[in-house]
Amino acid sequence: MLHTFVAYVEDRPGVLTRVASLFRRLNINIISLTVGRSERAGLSRMTVVCDASAEAGNRIRASLFKLENVVDVDDIAQAPAVTRELALIKVAATKHTRSAIFELVEVFRARIVDLTAESLMIEMTGVESKIEGLIQVLNESDSQILEICRSGKMTMRRGHHTSRVLRALGTAAEESDAPAIESAEAALEEGASIEPE
Amino acid sequence: MNTNANTQASNAHLTTPTRLTGAEILWATLVGEGVTEVFGYPGGAILPVYDALRKFPIRHILVRHEQGAAHMADGYARASGKVGVAIATSGPGATNLVTGIANAMLDSIPMVCITGQVSSKVLGTDAFQEVDITGITLPVTKHNFLVTHPEDIASAVRQAFQIAKSGRPGPVLVDITKDAQQASALFDFAAAKPQPYRPHPMLHVGDSDVAQAAELIRNAKRPVILAGHGVIQSNAMEPLRTLAERAQIPVALTLLGLGAFPASHSLNLGMMGMHGEAWVNHAIQEADLLIACGMRFDDRVIGTAATYATKAKKIHIEVDPAEINKNIKVDIALIGDLTEVLEQLLPRIPGREGSGWLKALDAIKGGCAVRDIKNLPDSGHLYAAHVMHDLWRITGGNAVVATDVGQHQMWEAQYFHHEHPRSLITSGGLGTMGFALPAAIGAKVACPEKEVWVIAGDGGFQMTSPELSTIAQEHLKVNIAIINNGFLGMVRQWQEFFYDRNYESTPMVSPDFVKLAEAHGIPGLTVRSRAEVEAAVNAARSASGAFLLNFMVEKEDSVYPMIPAGSALHEMIRRPGKNPLVERADDE
Repeated sequence: MLHTFVAYVEDRPGVLTRVASLFRRLNINIISLTVGRSERAGLSRMTVVCDASAEAGNRIRASLFKLENVVDVDDIAQAPAVTRELALIKVAATKHTRSAIFELVEVFRARIVDLTAESLMIEMTGVESKIEGLIQVLNESDSQILEICRSGKMTMRRGHHTSRVLRALGTAAEESDAPAIESAEAALEEGASIEPE
Repeated sequence: MNTNANTQASNAHLTTPTRLTGAEILWATLVGEGVTEVFGYPGGAILPVYDALRKFPIRHILVRHEQGAAHMADGYARASGKVGVAIATSGPGATNLVTGIANAMLDSIPMVCITGQVSSKVLGTDAFQEVDITGITLPVTKHNFLVTHPEDIASAVRQAFQIAKSGRPGPVLVDITKDAQQASALFDFAAAKPQPYRPHPMLHVGDSDVAQAAELIRNAKRPVILAGHGVIQSNAMEPLRTLAERAQIPVALTLLGLGAFPASHSLNLGMMGMHGEAWVNHAIQEADLLIACGMRFDDRVIGTAATYATKAKKIHIEVDPAEINKNIKVDIALIGDLTEVLEQLLPRIPGREGSGWLKALDAIKGGCAVRDIKNLPDSGHLYAAHVMHDLWRITGGNAVVATDVGQHQMWEAQYFHHEHPRSLITSGGLGTMGFALPAAIGAKVACPEKEVWVIAGDGGFQMTSPELSTIAQEHLKVNIAIINNGFLGMVRQWQEFFYDRNYESTPMVSPDFVKLAEAHGIPGLTVRSRAEVEAAVNAARSASGAFLLNFMVEKEDSVYPMIPAGSALHEMIRRPGKNPLVERADDE
């Protein structure tokens, strides 16, 4: 099954290797991995999607925590979360064939971000299946896809599960200058709204 | 060499920040961490460090190969419980450490390795003796550091010590560039103190889990404690013994757990697993409750997961959350330091009557329990088991024994009965041939007052035998027993059992080990019959320095019982026919 882990890691050289190497060592294929700065100074946020047995989740999370540079690990599993992927798709198109693609882009709520005489570039953000859908429709039409660049999944739990709460729970790295939260419950109430997708 | 220096006085300069070179900072930090001995080998990229050594109260043991340095640091750590330290230069010096580091990783040994690295200005240019050692050791260290500035050395080394000994211990490598060793920085030992150790966030000992575990223990009819290396590492011998005695639960030990529970104790079952005694494995297969304490259900211990102790509920007490449900699915996991967990558990365990199960186990043992060489016909022919038994008897079981890997290792585990923790030093997880001799050197350096024996096969001994020079140079009283059968014995045994006796590349020609020892100024004796064993062992023990005994044992003896890899724990191969060192024929 697919597992999705969100990890906060120290933003310094070699940390990505350590995380990637762990999956390699466990003989688990990483399906996608995104890394970028997080809301916490000096910490990067990773979303790792991998294919492993259902029981493996706990062990992967435990093993990630064993890496010295990993500060927090969340196993998103089946929890309510927002997942998005960004795709850039370059399609061969002339002024005669453009309009059909414009229509598709409209339907998929994507955007055209570059246009030349022979090609155009589509930017699309959405869940994986939506992006797959656009690619499939493009393939089935007469349009020729020239390039696809996909970011891989980014995931964030809905509602209360934020690093601020983790901090209040005492599980995150200490950040003394951050506003103190009285208790975990208070924080849970504060951010407990669940937005339907 | 500065030995036995008064570390307290020499620590004085640590209290005030001083400007030192990176090399001096390294030594000063090691001194501050309580290090008194290191094992190493100099070279170009670590020369500034060696140049500064004479100013510090640290004894340096010059090894003959860096693998030896790592194994010595490992043996030092196992014998003493302290962090072992190995030092090597860049490139080949560093790569030679790797086997020893992996060995320490697999057996969770606290160790810090310091390597020199080429100057930061030429890093990544394939400079002379440059190798990406932090990259190479990434999967076999708990953590590693590349340090390129002198001001970062103290904090990296202090962190390395903290990581090495905390939680589930393991090796840490600190790679220091030559320019960082040469440049100066302000050294402030106190300021380099690492952040407080952060326990693994998934440690969890729930009250209800403890209560449930206690209830399982109270109600179990056929419980067995499985005690592993974690008992020794967590220093949980007393609470473990209390649990066993109060609830009358027999204790089975892993190879690395030997010594965690006294061999002579009536509740001690013995070693479990591939070469464990038949009754131990039968007990596990028949049990209705297994209480696993600081062990990881290694494949050499479980046979196959699907057939392992299917009748038993399982409680796993373990400090590493990544071990839970890895090989064997357990019913209750108490994830924390073993001593602390047992102390939480013990108040809920009342005295318990265990005689029915214990009697049943005695019945399974039958006469086989008396696996005593005294009861066996003695043809005068020398078997390895004789050597182990006699060594145990003559030393009173009080020696520290470092074994290599193979048949002799299993015979030692079967016939040398370990009463005390840290008295058996052996490579369990990685199974590293060549481990025994350097590990014994480390143990002797750590515990000079103890009697230290190397027990190695003729194959493994040759992998690291140059360390005999180290013994000579350092005047170490290490006794060496070579179990010489002219084969790579364990591989030969597998060939006999599973490869139609095709003894491909296992017969081995060895040097005259006694002459080899003599070439190093170490006296030795060759022993060919049972009758000579006692006198030879006594000669070795009474010699003032190191002594080597070359035991010419039966060539084609095998270790029994044996569970073939991939078989269930009760499907063991028993000793066939009327071999003189049998388990009894009626032991079924």
